[in-house]
Amino acid sequence: MTLKIAVCVKYVPDATGDRGFADDLTTDREAVDGLLSELDEYAVEQALRISEESDDAEVTVVTVGPDDAKDALRKALSMGADKAVHVNDEDIHGSDVIATSAILAKALEKTGFDLVVCGMASTDGTMGVLPALLAERLNVPQVTLLSELSVEGELVKGRRDGDSATELLEAPLPAVVSVTDQSGEARYPSFKGIMAAKKKPVEELDLDDLDIDADEVGLAGSWTLVDAVAARPARTQGTIVTDEGDGGKQLAAFLATQKFI
Amino acid sequence: MGKDFDLYRPSEEHDMLRESVRALAEAKIAPFAAAVDEEGRFPQEALDALVANDLHAVHVPEAYGGAGADALATVIVIEEVARVCGSSSLIPAVNKLGSLPVILSGSEELKAKYLGPLAKGDAMFSYALSEPDAGSDAAGMKTRAVRDGDFWILNGVKRWITNAGESEYYTVMAVTDPEKRSKGISAFVVEKSDEGVSFGAPEKKLGIKGSPTREVYFDNVRIPADRMIGAEGTGFATAMKTLDHTRVTIAAQAIGIAQGALDYAKGYVKERKQFGKPIADFQGVQFMLADMAMKLEAARQLTYAAAAKSERVDGDLTFFGAAAKCFASDVAMEVTIDAVQLLGGYGYTRDYPVERMMRDAKITQIYEGTNQVQRIVMARNLP
Amino acid sequence: MAEILVLVDHADGAVRKPALELLTLARRIGEPSAVVLGAGEATASIAATAGEYGAATVYVADGAEFTDQLVVPKVDALTQLAKEKGAAAVLVTSSGEGKEIAARVALRLGSGLITDAVELEAGENGPVATQSVFAASYQVRSTVSHGVPVITVKPNSAAPEAAPAAGTVENVAVTFTGNAAKVVARTPRVSTGRPELTESAIVVSGGRGVGAAEGFAVVEKLADSLGAAVGASRAAVDAGWYPHSNQVGQTGKQVSPQLYVAAGISGAIQHRAGMQTSKTIVAVNKDPEAPIFDLVDYGVVGDLFEVLPQLTDEIGAR
Repeated sequence: MTLKIAVCVKYVPDATGDRGFADDLTTDREAVDGLLSELDEYAVEQALRISEESDDAEVTVVTVGPDDAKDALRKALSMGADKAVHVNDEDIHGSDVIATSAILAKALEKTGFDLVVCGMASTDGTMGVLPALLAERLNVPQVTLLSELSVEGELVKGRRDGDSATELLEAPLPAVVSVTDQSGEARYPSFKGIMAAKKKPVEELDLDDLDIDADEVGLAGSWTLVDAVAARPARTQGTIVTDEGDGGKQLAAFLATQKFI
Repeated sequence: MGKDFDLYRPSEEHDMLRESVRALAEAKIAPFAAAVDEEGRFPQEALDALVANDLHAVHVPEAYGGAGADALATVIVIEEVARVCGSSSLIPAVNKLGSLPVILSGSEELKAKYLGPLAKGDAMFSYALSEPDAGSDAAGMKTRAVRDGDFWILNGVKRWITNAGESEYYTVMAVTDPEKRSKGISAFVVEKSDEGVSFGAPEKKLGIKGSPTREVYFDNVRIPADRMIGAEGTGFATAMKTLDHTRVTIAAQAIGIAQGALDYAKGYVKERKQFGKPIADFQGVQFMLADMAMKLEAARQLTYAAAAKSERVDGDLTFFGAAAKCFASDVAMEVTIDAVQLLGGYGYTRDYPVERMMRDAKITQIYEGTNQVQRIVMARNLP
Repeated sequence: MAEILVLVDHADGAVRKPALELLTLARRIGEPSAVVLGAGEATASIAATAGEYGAATVYVADGAEFTDQLVVPKVDALTQLAKEKGAAAVLVTSSGEGKEIAARVALRLGSGLITDAVELEAGENGPVATQSVFAASYQVRSTVSHGVPVITVKPNSAAPEAAPAAGTVENVAVTFTGNAAKVVARTPRVSTGRPELTESAIVVSGGRGVGAAEGFAVVEKLADSLGAAVGASRAAVDAGWYPHSNQVGQTGKQVSPQLYVAAGISGAIQHRAGMQTSKTIVAVNKDPEAPIFDLVDYGVVGDLFEVLPQLTDEIGAR
């Protein structure tokens, strides 16, 4: 039996660019170049490692996003994923995480999966809740925020380093997992991988293909409303002094005026 | 007009390769570049990272377990590594230089035996042509190979051998028939572990200090006859044919080093403030940067065109390879000197990378034929 | 008055400070009720603390499920309570687990979800949450337009204020839905004796400029003199000088203390995303061009190995 691994990835604006908002208060995806979310590279890596350990596995990368999101799929395919699914529909624009999870869940059901692997969060939204939402929607266990991950037979196991404790988790397949940036460094696409990616299948799906009504998603189908967006007033540079032997004392004097000491 | 016009630009795959190598180089190679230079040590971190991601010898054909990258893809790999560390860029560059004679002229058995370990990352390949008294005038070569039944016995000294001591395999040119001058030279694969092979002390160099350059000594080195690359007497022709292709890889190093210096200088002039504004706001500085970028881009276009000719083995490759190497290395020297100038006093210190890039750039005007020799080659092969 | 459910986060038998902040914030938008799950023997004392900070009612459920299974039992309990009590909003601490719980509760309730709020106030259309996005370069104000607002709030978003209320304990029988991952082992994090990074009023962080694991000793000494938590930049964590659990930045912890001290940190975007909402920022860095200086209220261009010990001595002398 083929172990079907699906990796959910997101195409995000480059964090080193000048990110901002469009007129409709959604993330501006025009102004800044996009790329595969760095945190999703760890998910692709873990999926590939599990696939390599397994006798028979297939890795499918799935994304919901605009035309350019195919770049994120290409990157994942060039790292070694076998095929890709791209859900792309104008009506998706403006979907919040709950609506996006509905689309992804339908796409995952259509593709089929034993294991869904996600990154810990996107580098733009940074919510980190999509994996939990997928588990809820797909009615399978969530095994999330893992710094170690393995599949042993019909079980998925992992280590979750929480705020107050480290937990060892396990759950039967099928399951949804998410991995952190501590799970293991992601590989770089090799020349062979890049050339092979060109020939790998990318399935294009729209909302009709997934039996989703347009009003369930997008800005209309999202249950949160952004009322206002304001650029945070840039912090103004305060006093800068050069240490000439008494830098620590000067800093102490400043902290004292601010009543920290 | 339209965005789908595909002439004069690398393919999408080439762009993705650049993105991948750049990310790897910045994360895995750049952090060690200063220490590698300062300590004059081999960039093991770079070798490990390149091997782990199958980028150390991308030119090896797929039939022998390689990535099967074309000449332009190979140029891009070398260029991006050179952008952060000139010494490290000699890993992919010299792997191609050392093994290309086998790829061009070797028997199937020889290819299978030596290209596999190279592709896997188990062995590096060096090129041993120059001698103490035979640089560009290779016909003055003294290293001798004498037939002994099914063996050849090599004696002599090679000088300026890049990655000597680190590489497992060496393509060695040796005189098999002194009467026939250049037609009496044959090429062999010699292994580091062959009895009688030893190495001189590392040269103390101006730049590329992380890439060991040593003499290689052959003292009655007895190797099987099937280690000969191609037929007897074809060694010099193979060596020259190899250089047609690999001069393009020197050009790649040059534009990579220059790009690294330009990128650093570009960032610096925006941060550095004098007279109340970033020095990038001064027209004198802007003109310098414009010239640097213009020359570098011209060098890159010529290099990529030469790479395409190398892949197709066009008739005018000899001219283009020499022209690309000569022009790109001269540009690299100019651009890195200007980068040091833009950083002023800081540029002259080892706290900033541009002086290293300037020192590294110099070698590209010298090795694989000085730029004076390149001009001779071009003049003899005018298009 | 509208009932606001507050999930009370606790560890080692004690209420965690962000839960008290949530109870304080909840009073702005309605009447807080605390939800205390899986606290075992500590339940009574945790409930009492919740009462002191304004919880009229404390819903309590205990059972092995809460500790032996991941996330889902808490989702079951919170969803059940929100429905049964007709809650006007649900507040949860913004931690990895807190956000996961909130998201699943929101989905089950058919409600909108807002995560990582840094400010919460009453509005005409329900609670208005302020979030700080894109490495704190923008402030976004949002409301939930559908269902019962489920909002997670970052630690340090408000100062906890006591406001004694009845704190009537009500036991709840939770129906568990199952389908959760099993927790087969749990190792509590060894306490350093320092405050929790995300909760601390003062954070002292070290970066690449610290140079080595041993270099963090000067950072820790300063932190201890201030009663502060210790943070580290990604560069320092990737180099293996300090544990990942202390990483401040986009892929680590996001902190919002009263005072943030950055030592030997250049201030790359990845780091700024984790600390830019701090009230007061000071930095010590050798490089006068370091971008961190653009953010600071006070900066010292100098060697942290000279400036930090001198500062520590000054604090000790006061």
